[in-house]
Amino acid sequence: MSLAFATIQELRRRLRAKEVHPRELVEALLDRISSVDPKVKAYNYLHPERALESAQKADISLPLGGVPIAIKDLINVRGEPCTCASRILEGYIAPYDATVIERLRAAGAILLGRTNMDEFAMGSSTENSAWGVTRNPWDLSRVPGGSSGGSAAAVAAHEAIAALGSDTGGSIRQPASFCGCVGLKPTYGRVSRYGLTAFASSLDQIGPLTKTVADAALVLESIAGVDPRDNTCDPTPAPSFSAKLGEEIRGMTLGIPKEYFVSGIDPEVEDATRQAISHLEGLGATLREISLPHTAYSIASYYLVATAEASANLARFDGMRYGRRAKECDDLLETYGRTRDEGFGREVKRRILLGTYALSSGYYDAYYLRAQKVRMRIREDFLAAFRDCQAIVTPTSPTPAFRLGERAEDPLQMYLADIFTIAVNLAGLCAISLPCGFTRSGLPIGLQIIGPMRQEETILQVGYAYEQSTDWHTLRPSLS
Amino acid sequence: MPTLAIDVAYVAELARLRLSPEEIETFGDQLEQVLAYVKKLEEVDVQDVALVGEESGFQNRLRPDRPLPELTQGEALENAPQPAGGLFLVPRILE
Repeated sequence: MSLAFATIQELRRRLRAKEVHPRELVEALLDRISSVDPKVKAYNYLHPERALESAQKADISLPLGGVPIAIKDLINVRGEPCTCASRILEGYIAPYDATVIERLRAAGAILLGRTNMDEFAMGSSTENSAWGVTRNPWDLSRVPGGSSGGSAAAVAAHEAIAALGSDTGGSIRQPASFCGCVGLKPTYGRVSRYGLTAFASSLDQIGPLTKTVADAALVLESIAGVDPRDNTCDPTPAPSFSAKLGEEIRGMTLGIPKEYFVSGIDPEVEDATRQAISHLEGLGATLREISLPHTAYSIASYYLVATAEASANLARFDGMRYGRRAKECDDLLETYGRTRDEGFGREVKRRILLGTYALSSGYYDAYYLRAQKVRMRIREDFLAAFRDCQAIVTPTSPTPAFRLGERAEDPLQMYLADIFTIAVNLAGLCAISLPCGFTRSGLPIGLQIIGPMRQEETILQVGYAYEQSTDWHTLRPSLS
Repeated sequence: MPTLAIDVAYVAELARLRLSPEEIETFGDQLEQVLAYVKKLEEVDVQDVALVGEESGFQNRLRPDRPLPELTQGEALENAPQPAGGLFLVPRILE
């Protein structure tokens, strides 16, 4: 069996026992990539020589020593392109490492390459990329989800042992669910955003995509923690995220929000989620129906907050200091306008317009401020719910992976793909998605476990208990 | 909330985006749809809502005013579309 199929946990054991050399592992992954990536197109950019060189020097005693990891193409890696899947950053070479990259290096990880994504992390399907679409490894006619679709597809297709993604409204969990892998969105502030190209600064969070829950805990342990270069980073030191793995969930109360099981949800997704919830009850958890009454407003609140922040964050792409600059313009305004017209794709333009409008004179109170206040209501719902339960269990996405092109020109339909994940970002909580079944046609279904702020250990504990007593995570796409 | 009918061309100008007439029309329709959807936020009672900064007690984090390692001038210019004499060359803004 190819080494590419292994988990971090297995590899750590085998690398330390000297049964495997990191170089063999990198070679196995490069072989796997050359055989399946022409179909999947998870990667925008690979650097085999650098990966082989780091494998040669890898210190296997480190927590991720010798483990090859793929990085979403909006996290800066010194000396490598960081394009955010946008033409406006074509040719840009990052002059510094993001904090998460410094930490992965310090933990001994080997960086394999950059994964595809929706342009500037805007989208739920990885179809909004200037470098072409990524395909779902379980069904190549379907999307891998987004915006970390390349990272999820790389892990699911065993083209990376793990990957980093970013999650603004569900962009780690929804693609993890579509691709049948594990995706963890940490608490806001848990992981430094220094070196992450900002989309919506009050929502963005970097997190791992992995094959198992234990692997997610290991990667998070390496990247989390205080960073003086990000003032929104939580000043509380990160705990050992693996500490509670294997502890029983007997006696734990899990909240089931009634607003998450409403019409519109795919029946097979609902069935699989309900079975998973019964399974958790079988493991000794107590279930309690809870209510999150402002759920119906989360998408509206999100699209105003996120686009307003995006319109400000993306103002830096003006062709002056880096990236593309339109040629032969007569004056400054024409240079700005043409640079941004040529550089940004449709979804990015659409969101900049919405955000600019929501922040413009006369509309700020009606749109942006109201959306922020509704956001606080959504947060209060969760705070109240967590008085009665330790974690909340829901489907990750209302449907399995949809077909390529199916929602491309219908922004509202596309935005609804994140309906179960968005509220978590608005409230700053942590959540994990893990496989909990398949549709009859063989598409993965994801289970989402939401925890209070700074309770990653709890959701990892629940996820691990579920995973260890089921075998969904062991299935592999055929990719024939 | 205000009535719809967005002046997309004006918003695009604010956002420094040059759009084709076809884009203005498409985006106008789509934005109206999205704005009609977000109108439902009006249903929520938001009186007495404290924004997160007010209720959480989060404070500004300050650090001593000491220089830290930063990009060198050369590194900062590596990605410049038009570097010139150690500076960024930009289109003329004054006659």
